[in-house]
Amino acid sequence: MRFVKVGAVSASLALAVTACSGDSGQGSGTADPEAISGEITFWDTSDATNEAPIFQELIEDFEEEYPEVTVNYENVPFSDAQNNFKTAAQSGAGAPDVMRTEVAWVPEFASLGYLAPLDDTIALEDSQDFLATPFSSAEFEGKTYAVPQVTDSLALLYNKELLAEAGFEEPPATMAEFKEAALAVSEETDADGFYLNAGDSYFLLPHFYSQGGDLLDAEAQAITVNNDAGVAALEQALDLVDTGAASEPALTDTYNNMQTAFKEGEVAMIFNGPWSMTDNLSGSAFADNPDNLGVAAVPSGPEGGGGPIGGHDYTVYAGSGNLDASYLFIQFMASTDSQAKVAAELGLLPTRSSAYERDEVANNDIVTAFQPVIESAHPRPWIPQGGLLFEPLNTQYSAAIAGEATPQEALDAVAEEYRTFLSDWD
Amino acid sequence: MTVLDTPGEAAAATDPSPRGRGARPHGRLRRLWDTHWYAWTMITPVIIVMGVLIGYPFARGLYLSLTNATEATVGRTIGMNEIPPSYDFVGAQNYTAILTGEVGNFWPRLTWTVVWTVVCVAAHYGLGLGLASVLNRRLRGRALYRMLLVLPWAVPPFVTAFIWRYLFNNDYGVFNAILNGIGIPGVPWLNDPFTAKIAVIMVNVWLGVPFMMLALLGGLQSISREQYEAARVDGASPWQQFVHVTLPGLRSVSAPVVLLGTIWTFNQFPVIYLVTEGGPGDSTELLVTYAFRMAFEGIRDYGGSAAYGILILLLLTVMAFVYQRALRKGGEAW
Repeated sequence: MRFVKVGAVSASLALAVTACSGDSGQGSGTADPEAISGEITFWDTSDATNEAPIFQELIEDFEEEYPEVTVNYENVPFSDAQNNFKTAAQSGAGAPDVMRTEVAWVPEFASLGYLAPLDDTIALEDSQDFLATPFSSAEFEGKTYAVPQVTDSLALLYNKELLAEAGFEEPPATMAEFKEAALAVSEETDADGFYLNAGDSYFLLPHFYSQGGDLLDAEAQAITVNNDAGVAALEQALDLVDTGAASEPALTDTYNNMQTAFKEGEVAMIFNGPWSMTDNLSGSAFADNPDNLGVAAVPSGPEGGGGPIGGHDYTVYAGSGNLDASYLFIQFMASTDSQAKVAAELGLLPTRSSAYERDEVANNDIVTAFQPVIESAHPRPWIPQGGLLFEPLNTQYSAAIAGEATPQEALDAVAEEYRTFLSDWD
Repeated sequence: MTVLDTPGEAAAATDPSPRGRGARPHGRLRRLWDTHWYAWTMITPVIIVMGVLIGYPFARGLYLSLTNATEATVGRTIGMNEIPPSYDFVGAQNYTAILTGEVGNFWPRLTWTVVWTVVCVAAHYGLGLGLASVLNRRLRGRALYRMLLVLPWAVPPFVTAFIWRYLFNNDYGVFNAILNGIGIPGVPWLNDPFTAKIAVIMVNVWLGVPFMMLALLGGLQSISREQYEAARVDGASPWQQFVHVTLPGLRSVSAPVVLLGTIWTFNQFPVIYLVTEGGPGDSTELLVTYAFRMAFEGIRDYGGSAAYGILILLLLTVMAFVYQRALRKGGEAW
């Protein structure tokens, strides 16, 4: 208890100090942007080779426009960022002022008290311009904790030449056609039909949605991952591997293996999002012939379909020493100009409706290819536990692939894990 | 009767009153201080550093293991958000939950951890001794071989782990490329629980042999040649020389390095975490990696993972104690 008291004392000291320094904190909506100065740290979780250079260019533009503010850029691998931020935020040392935060992490961080509310700050100026779905991820218990950066979903990416060689001119629209096409590619060509990203259960969600299932039913407060639809979804994915429609997936470095196989023309189809497009187009199957890369909605099943709504937001750490500069920075980074630049260069989908009116965005092939995918995407519940759903499922997904557990056993174990943090759910 | 250092001590020693007897421990402390003040001053910094680096975290861990503290219930102040602590003292509840298998998968993980430790340490010791015996002879390029064999130890473990992980890669790994090249179908190294266990044991053996080899080589060189000559004169075969001269001569070195090797292997985190991430499923998860998972995945369970850590510590303490006792009985004190 003694340590708690020390913490409280130092906290009240810190409050006293900030109170003395004047216009920091909530009242900063009125601060003059030109007068803001200081240093902030930004954790970027984007792909370090393909995407990060564009975001770094934006930061240079920002520093040119506001020379009094210095941004320390750090690229943090996406897979480590959630954990690293929680460790740093909890200990009160080393957390970044601004972070690119996956949409499902926002309610989790906000519920733990790590994020600064952005209502009435410059960060949320013209917030009515943001698209409703991405913006919904920024809200938690009546406050806004984030500014949407990009929106995305999983699509079916396919190698047109390989599908044509197997006799398919159009991408498969249903899961049944999808399996048929994948089997045909495996049999008729040197390539395999599909690569299942068995290392990341996020990529399993289209199978869940196609069977009318989901991990949770947030409205009924029920854990649904192991109901009949969930088991059917996992069986559907495993069946692709068992029948040879999909190649045997590696269980370590799975995403990279999937990308390499697709880029080099060793598999005909994968599920992936707009963030992978720059990477895909750099591979030998598409580098000389970008038209060979097709984008379609993920195949639907008997009970529905669509990929999960995903994306990234900018968030500000509640313990930031320079809140004003942080607000100013995310206002700049999420502005229409910045979003249009990112969309034009990388094909990432903007979250502002005004950005879609820009010529460079409207004419971008990747953006136009993904727009219908996003429109048919399946919503996810924005609850504090949303960022915790995938780790237990990943473990059991790999156990099921390795044949250690049946789909029902694996998903029952996942449901049991979920109950540890959703104790009052059905 | 010893010489008394201080007048106070002399008075205390001669004063028969209860007050005088009561002052005795104080007097002894003073004498300790007076004669050994220099030593006390010298070790004070060490005691402070150990207290800060080991004592405080240990006491804190012990305390947390008796509470239901999680990431969501510990008190914290982040900028404008001040959250008071809301966790309670729950006694041994975390321990009973782990030991009854309710949480934490303790017994299956312990079984695999013991198998892993025994296999790895046996391989470390066996291979290390074999290599040390070879290098203990006069052979051309001995210095070069020694350097090459120590190399795996000089590379940071995480680098080694990542390199092995790529060697084992299912689709693009070197091992499977070689197997496919000679017409054998590739092995799904890290996809199958059994081959994944073989794979992590291989990595750890590669990492651990150089240390054993170096330590045992030092031990071999300290055995005097006369003993071997005497054994030869008595007509001992090479095997008899090995069993009756080399092994007893190595005892003083083997005992501590085997103990150290056991503790290191038992708590070998990077190999498992970086090569298989505990998978497939949780088949290669050791007790330590599982404790890490409890502490850092999901809503972080500080109480449960602290209890897990304390149990690991207890296991190792008991193991070290029994081991040392067994050695003492064998007549060896170290």
